[in-house]
Amino acid sequence: MANAILGRKIGMTRLYDDEGKNVPVTIIEAGPCFVSQIKTEEVDGYNAVQIAYEDVKGRNSTMPVIGHDAKAGVAPKRFHKEFKVESVDGVELGQKVSVEDFEAIKFVDVVGTSKGKGHAGVMKKYGFKGQEASHGVERKHRSPGSVSGRASDLGGGRPKKGIRMAGRMGGERVTSRSVQVIGVDKEKNLLLVKGPIPGANKGLVYIREATRLWKRKARIAKA
Amino acid sequence: MSDAIIKAVEESQIRTDLPTVSVGDTVDVHVKIIEGAKERIQVFSGVVIKIQGGGMGRTFTVRRIVANEGVERTFPFNSPRIDKIEIVRSGHTRRAKLYYLRDRVGKKRRLRDRRRGLGRATVEAVAEAPAAEAAE
Repeated sequence: MANAILGRKIGMTRLYDDEGKNVPVTIIEAGPCFVSQIKTEEVDGYNAVQIAYEDVKGRNSTMPVIGHDAKAGVAPKRFHKEFKVESVDGVELGQKVSVEDFEAIKFVDVVGTSKGKGHAGVMKKYGFKGQEASHGVERKHRSPGSVSGRASDLGGGRPKKGIRMAGRMGGERVTSRSVQVIGVDKEKNLLLVKGPIPGANKGLVYIREATRLWKRKARIAKA
Repeated sequence: MSDAIIKAVEESQIRTDLPTVSVGDTVDVHVKIIEGAKERIQVFSGVVIKIQGGGMGRTFTVRRIVANEGVERTFPFNSPRIDKIEIVRSGHTRRAKLYYLRDRVGKKRRLRDRRRGLGRATVEAVAEAPAAEAAE
């Protein structure tokens, strides 16, 4: 079964590794999750596993969700996440998925919802340079500049589609790829990873085995 | 609840074997230095001019004069690279951060010894005194 789990970001701290180096660490409380549905090629057209995370009181859930979990013999859960797998052999309904499954994994991808930044300008949102501080620039130091001209390649008179402008920033799905796993605490269901992950503390995160690794990380993963 | 989890994770690496360092103390910090495969110990001695941060991120800064030049070095309290800390003497201070020492020259750099028998400082001073004597 492909390794994936749901969890909540707890916060960050710093720990020392064996060499005495200081490592920034994010603590994630992950799982235990339970398999709530198995999709197969014959019935659904593709192979997938759905996992459920975090107990929820019945009155805070809905009958369809409670019924769905009950069918798998799982107590009502708040979050459900489906992911595709090559084959569903050996996967059972109600099977437990915990951080233990991540002990042998060195790198993971962490998917979360980034912190909302509100209405942000183009300098913050897209890293535009803005205008000059002086040389006659007035009240437009952080503005994007020109968005089109009369002779633009759209025939003129209107901006191109998709031109980057100020607006809502953050609060969107972000994936941190190939995050190194520092440690696993089976008893407390904790997963420690190196560096930051998307979103605020207590935010829901989806963790899966890293889908691809660059040179240096691939070397570490092999060792 | 989150804080409790973070604290529990940090707990294993928080060092409790080092003495209580306070601002104004003159200390010898024994630092492990790794050169290739070899490991040796270097001593950095001076006055603690600030303590900042908390938990795993708590650090202290030691100031000393090397070849007429002020040198400040900041150490994490919980670093495994610190072999030991010796408190040579405890100075009397009325500030939490002794930045004013940076502007002092010569004899004025020295701090009055902390008076024993007064306030909270006493408990530490008494506890440290036998240890310091034993070390000598």
